[in-house]
Amino acid sequence: MASKLLKLTKFINTSSKKISKVSIFSASHIIQTRPFSDTPQKVPNTTTSSVPPFHEKNYSLDGAKKPISSSLNPVELAKFSAIAETWWDPQGPFKPLHIMNPTRLSFIRSTLCRHFRKNPHSARPFEGLKIIDVGCGGGILSEPLARMGATVTGIDAVDKNIKIARLHAESDPVTSSIEYCCTTAEKLVEEQRKFDVVIALEVIEHVAEPAEFCKSLASLTVPHGATLISTINRSMRSYATAIVAAEYLLQWLPKGTHQWSSFLTPEELVLILNRASISVQEMAGFVYNPLTGRWALSDDISVNFIAFSTKNSE
Amino acid sequence: MNRIVARRVIATIHAFKVPTRGLTSAQQNSENKEKLGSVNGNDQYDIAIVGGGMVGMALACALSSSPLTKKLSVAIIDSNPALGKEVNVKNDDLPDPRVSTVTPASISFFKDIGAWQYVMQHRHAYFDAMQVWDYTGLGYTRYTASDVDADILGCVVENKVLHSSLLSCLQNTDFQKIIYPSRLTKMVVQPNTPTKGIDSSCSRMAKLELSDGQSLFAKLVVGADGGKSHVRELARIKTTGWNYSQNAIVCTVKHTVENHCAWQRFLPSGPIALLPIGDEFSNIVWTMIPKEATERKSMSEDDFVKAVNHALHDGYGPNPQSNSLGYSGDYSWEVPPKVVELASERMVFPLSLKHANEYAVNRVVLIGDAAHTVHPLAGQGVNLGFGDACALSKIIADGIAVGADLGELSLLKKYEAERKPANIMMTAILDGFQKAYSVDLGPFNVLRAAAFQAVQYISPLKRNIISYATGQQKWPLFF
Ligand SMILES: C[S@@+](CC[C@H](N)C(=O)[O-])C[C@H]1O[C@@H](n2cnc3c(N)ncnc32)[C@H](O)[C@@H]1O
Repeated sequence: MASKLLKLTKFINTSSKKISKVSIFSASHIIQTRPFSDTPQKVPNTTTSSVPPFHEKNYSLDGAKKPISSSLNPVELAKFSAIAETWWDPQGPFKPLHIMNPTRLSFIRSTLCRHFRKNPHSARPFEGLKIIDVGCGGGILSEPLARMGATVTGIDAVDKNIKIARLHAESDPVTSSIEYCCTTAEKLVEEQRKFDVVIALEVIEHVAEPAEFCKSLASLTVPHGATLISTINRSMRSYATAIVAAEYLLQWLPKGTHQWSSFLTPEELVLILNRASISVQEMAGFVYNPLTGRWALSDDISVNFIAFSTKNSE
Repeated sequence: MNRIVARRVIATIHAFKVPTRGLTSAQQNSENKEKLGSVNGNDQYDIAIVGGGMVGMALACALSSSPLTKKLSVAIIDSNPALGKEVNVKNDDLPDPRVSTVTPASISFFKDIGAWQYVMQHRHAYFDAMQVWDYTGLGYTRYTASDVDADILGCVVENKVLHSSLLSCLQNTDFQKIIYPSRLTKMVVQPNTPTKGIDSSCSRMAKLELSDGQSLFAKLVVGADGGKSHVRELARIKTTGWNYSQNAIVCTVKHTVENHCAWQRFLPSGPIALLPIGDEFSNIVWTMIPKEATERKSMSEDDFVKAVNHALHDGYGPNPQSNSLGYSGDYSWEVPPKVVELASERMVFPLSLKHANEYAVNRVVLIGDAAHTVHPLAGQGVNLGFGDACALSKIIADGIAVGADLGELSLLKKYEAERKPANIMMTAILDGFQKAYSVDLGPFNVLRAAAFQAVQYISPLKRNIISYATGQQKWPLFF
C-alpha cells in the first residue's frame, strides 16, 4: 500500500497533465484515434468551431471574451454539444445517467443528510442548502436536487446543454427556480462564489486538467462544506465495462465518448483532492446489473465510483 | 406576485363552482392550500387519483401515512357523492352482500396506514379455518391458522366498511387532497422529451378534463377506476382477457350458529363459497352459467335456501369420507353450517378475466381492477388491488427520496415490475381453478382430486399454499 501511494504521489507530482494524456495501454491509443460516432466527418475538424463562446450574459462581468479556462477540453465538449438534444431522452445516449440517477442521488441524500444533520425522512431535506452542479449537462441531476429542496445552480461549458436544461426545467414550478449558466468552475471562483455543496458527477474524466479542476471545486466550497465527485475508474474492468460495453456492445454512448487514459483511479482522486484541502470521507461504487437493468451502490469501486468529501477549514 | 393574486381569485371561483358536497371537498376547497399552483385557471397537483373506490382510497391513505409522501397534493376524481360526506355505516344494518376476503397481508397494510382501527369498529369476521372440497367426494383440504403459526387466515369485511374506514382514516389526517365530484372525460399527456419550440408550460403534466367543465393538471395520473377503467382506455393501454360465460350470485344468508370457517366447494358448474361475515351471517359467492343464475335469482327464497344447502351438503355427489383417510381432529372434513334464511337481495355479476398489457405508461399508472380483474373466487380480487396501492405508494416514496419526477416512466415501471408477475400468477391460479372445475373429467376427476389430496397429505406444501393464501408470499391465494 505504502509503495503504491508513493508511486501515485510521484505520478501526480511528475505532471498532472499526464493523467489525461499519458497512454499506458495501446488499447487507449485505439480509442483515442477512433471516431466518436458513426459519422466520423464530424471529428475533430468541427470541434474548434463548436467550442462554446464564453460570453454568457448572466456571468460575464465585463462582456469581453475571456481566454478559455484551463479545465476545458475542446474535443470532449464537441462530443457533448453534438448530442445535446438527446439529454432528456431516457433511451438516448444518456440512458446510463438516467438509470444511474436514483442510485447516485440516494448516496448524495444519505451523505448530505448526515453531514448537514438534515432530516432523512423529509421530502425536501436539502432545504436551506446552496448546491452547485458543475457540468450539469441537461440538468438530469440538478432537477432532482431542486425537488429535494436545494437552491440549485447548474453550470456547464456547453451553451446548448444549458439551453436544453433551462427549457426542461421551466415546465415545473419546483425546477424553474434552478439557476442555469453557461460558465466554468474557474470563472465562478474568480467571481468568488461559494456553495455549501459542490457536485461534479461524470465530469472530471472529460476535463483538461483534473487537478486544477479539483482546486476550482474546492474554492467553490465553503469551509466544512461538501464536495461530491463521481467518475469512471481507470481499471481493466472499467475499460471492459464502461467503454466496451457502454460504447460498443450496448451502444449507449456514441463511440469515443470516453478516453480511457483520462480516467482517474480512486487513489489518484483522493490524492488530488487532498492537495486541494478536501478530504474524502466516503466512497461507493456503482455496479450495473444487466439482468435488472439497474445500478446499485456497492463497495466495488472498480468501475464507476462516487466520493463524498468535505472541505477542511482554512 | 401576480401569480399569487391569480391563485386567490381562482381559488374563489373554484370554491364557487364545486357544490358543497360535504365535509372534505367543501372544506378543502375553501382553504385551497394544497394545490401547487394554477396555470391559466387550471389547478395543478402532484397526483390525480381517478376513482375513489377501495383501492384508490387505499392509495390516498397510504400516501397520507408516510413521511415522504404526506405533503403531496392529491386530487381525487370520483362522481360518487359518498366521498365528500361524513362516513356513516350502521352496525345493525343487515350485512351487505358485497364483501371482500381480506388477507393477513392486506390487514397489515391497513394497520400500517391507520385504517384497520376503523374496520374494527364495524362488522367484520376473522376466520381461522378454511375447507375446500369438491363434488366428487374424492378430494378435500382443510387447514387452520395454526398450520402457519398464525392467529387467523383472513377476515371477511363488507366492501362498504372497508371503503368508509379508508375515508375516515383520510379525513382524520391533514393530508392535502381535493375531491372533484365529477367524471374524467379527456386526458392529454405530452411526450417526455422537450423538443425545440414546444410550449413548455405544463408539458410535464398530464391534463385532465372533467365532465363538469373543470380541468386540472397532475404530474402523475393513477387509474383506480375499476374494470372498465376510463383512464386505461384514454391511455390506450390494451388488455388481454376473456369472459367466462359464467355469472356469480352474491348474497347474505343466515345460520342458526356463528360461522368461523371459510368454505368452498367446487361443483360441476363452478365453485360456491360460504364466507363468515359476523354474527350468524355468511356471504355466498356462487358461480354458475348465466341461465342458471337467472333462474336462481328469481326463484323463491325458500327454494333458493334449499338450493344453497343442496350445493353445500348433499347435492352433486358424495361428501369426502374423512375417516377413511385416517385423519381426525382439526383436519377431518366437516359439514358446513346449514343456511336457514336469505338475508339480502341476490345480486348477479358476470365473470371475466382481464389483464392490462401495461400497468404504466408515461405519467399514467393503473392499480386495482383497472389493471386486472380476476375470477372473484371468494372476494379475493381486492387484495391484489391493495397490494398494488401499497407497492405504488412505496415506489412513489422512493422516488421522492431521490427527487424523481413522479410521472417518470422509469419510476412507474418499477411498480409494474413488482406487481405484474404477482398479479398474473394469481390471475392464472384463479383461472386455472375455474377451468379445472368447469369440466367434468369423468374417471379422471380422481386426478384432479389428487391435487387436493396431495395438499392435504404433504404438510410443507400445504404450509406453502396457506402462506400464499394469506398473502405472505406476495400472491395471496384462497381457493
Ligand atoms: C457526462 S456529462 C455529465 C452530466 C451530469 N453531471 C450528470 O452526471 O448527469 C459531462 C458534462 O460535463 C460538461 N463539461 C465537460 N467539461 C467541462 C468543464 N471543464 N466545465 C464545465 N462543464 C464541463 C459537458 O458539457 C457535459 O455536459
